[in-house]
Amino acid sequence: MQQDAVDAGGVPVIDLQDARKTYRSGEIEFEALRGVDLTVTEGEYVAIMGPSGSGKSTLMNILGCLDVLTSGAYRLGGDDVEHLSEVQLAQVRNRRIGFVFQQFHLLPSLSAWRNVELPMVYGGIDRGIRRDRAAQALARVGLADRLDNRPGELSGGQQQRVAVARALAGEPTMILADEPTGNLDSASTEDVLTLFDELHEAGRTIVLITHEPEVAHRARRIVSVHDGRIASDEFSDAVSAGRSGVTRERTA
Amino acid sequence: MNLQETFSTAWHAIRTHALRSLLTILGILIGIAAVIVTVGLGLGTQKDVSEQINSLGSNLLIVSPGSSTDSAGMRSGFGTGSTLTLDDATALGSEIAAPDVQSTAAEKTSSLSVVANDTNWTTSVTATTVTWPEVRSREVAYGAFFDQDDYDSDAHVVVLGSQTAVELFGRASVVGQTVTIDGVGFDIIGVLAEAGASSSTDLDDLALVPMSTAVSTVMGGTRAASISTIYVKAGSDAVLSAAYQEVQATLLNLHGITDADSADFTVSSQTALVSTATSVYRTLTVLLTGVAALSLLVGGIGVMNIMLVSVTERTREIGLRKALGAPPGAIRDQFLTEAGVLGLAGGLIGVVLGLLATWILPGIIGSSLVVSIPVVMLSLVMAVAIGLVFGVYPATRAARLAPIDALRSE
Repeated sequence: MQQDAVDAGGVPVIDLQDARKTYRSGEIEFEALRGVDLTVTEGEYVAIMGPSGSGKSTLMNILGCLDVLTSGAYRLGGDDVEHLSEVQLAQVRNRRIGFVFQQFHLLPSLSAWRNVELPMVYGGIDRGIRRDRAAQALARVGLADRLDNRPGELSGGQQQRVAVARALAGEPTMILADEPTGNLDSASTEDVLTLFDELHEAGRTIVLITHEPEVAHRARRIVSVHDGRIASDEFSDAVSAGRSGVTRERTA
Repeated sequence: MNLQETFSTAWHAIRTHALRSLLTILGILIGIAAVIVTVGLGLGTQKDVSEQINSLGSNLLIVSPGSSTDSAGMRSGFGTGSTLTLDDATALGSEIAAPDVQSTAAEKTSSLSVVANDTNWTTSVTATTVTWPEVRSREVAYGAFFDQDDYDSDAHVVVLGSQTAVELFGRASVVGQTVTIDGVGFDIIGVLAEAGASSSTDLDDLALVPMSTAVSTVMGGTRAASISTIYVKAGSDAVLSAAYQEVQATLLNLHGITDADSADFTVSSQTALVSTATSVYRTLTVLLTGVAALSLLVGGIGVMNIMLVSVTERTREIGLRKALGAPPGAIRDQFLTEAGVLGLAGGLIGVVLGLLATWILPGIIGSSLVVSIPVVMLSLVMAVAIGLVFGVYPATRAARLAPIDALRSE
């Protein structure tokens, strides 16, 4: 149903136009993004692919409002996020984006429950409400019985699922996952990717950044980045028809 | 993030590194304990001195020979020991000349050896008048002080200080025994009660004999008429300064001196001694507090150092918190609170240690310590303030970290 709304011309979640990012290190200038146009609508499951140095990490930082563009425009959920102050950007990240990182980035001294709660603490949500939401999110990722465990007491796959629960709990506009399976074994990778499939079915907008084709092909749309530009942008039906890797992944 | 969450996060971070946090606050801890002990010591000593002086009586004036103002050096030829006489003491006892003086006691002191059986003890033998116990506010524990009859009849009687009695006989109740002072026999008719625990011991080591007897025996000679001190007791505290004026005027008149600046005697009051002692201990307190302040400064730098280490160590945590939506202010507050809580913890433990020391030390150093609640409060405030002041720089650094760089750090 949401897909229909988007097809009917709803406001895109991500609207990036002629995005450019230049890093300066003394005399040397490095253009990480050289004019990227990207639109992602609500409910989409998009993989951004590319080798290291392609600019995909820079793109991820821009999309996650962790960094700002040198030139161009970025509208997140219809709102211009360029020209925002640091405090406003923090607010946007808090309310609109659910991050999942390669390194999990859980605080080791806090229980799973309190880790999931953390973004809502900064969002100023009441203790009772955020406790409930955190518990629900952990139940959603299948960790209802691990609320009080610390990250050190959980497996890598479980830790990443806690991180996904943390990304989900605040009801963000999109989930931004940066190499979410990079540190996981194949079984845990499958776990997390299945979880993303389910979230996509439930209508969540997911942007997944990866350099692994097998992971990228689980998404419904693959955007390839090369030398700071978008090299290709294909929907997965087309991709899967053309590549044997996908078939292998699907049948595995 | 509300206040309670900020505090619980800070407390959590401190507890995670309990040992390191304890070492960090050591400087503040010692500084605060030092503040409490030194201020307590200063106030306590001041109290001791006041008590000691008050036990002598605050309405006491002391007349001694010589002048404290003889800067010219010309009058030094007079000698300091011979300007006061028994007649001076008698004159000060006169109702007409000095109506505000209640009583006087002249003292003539000499260090002499006292022999009892085989025991020889050198003590301060004091020749005085029958008014001595009243003027010096002393009690007789055994027997009695010599009376006017003893005095008039030049009786060979002696009253011993309690310590002197113990030194000579091994006990205090020695009334009826005899001693030999400078070869002259004396009957012991009384032993003084102890002057009090906090007083110096020499108040209990003395032998008192009638002035009349002493002058004709052990303290005779060319200076028989001169005395070493006249104690003057005013009617009350209120008339002390009036009595002071009367003593000054009477003695000047008696000595035929017109200019008060060239007086050959000095009149001092106990209150003057108190204020001298007070100012000495005030200086001491200021000095020791300075030392304490220095250790607090070092403690503060310790807090800053460990907070900087903590910021570096927790760069990834800071990056994550920022990525998840913590504004710079929340990060700054978190580290500032941590520094403040460190300071407070150091302050609290320091106060406990300081109070413990105030409780234990008096038994060791023999001087009492006074706990001042305002000082305890102030030192706690100071401890928190030190944590905050020295936490500002590390906290600001944490708040300024860029989230992407922070997240990528290893």
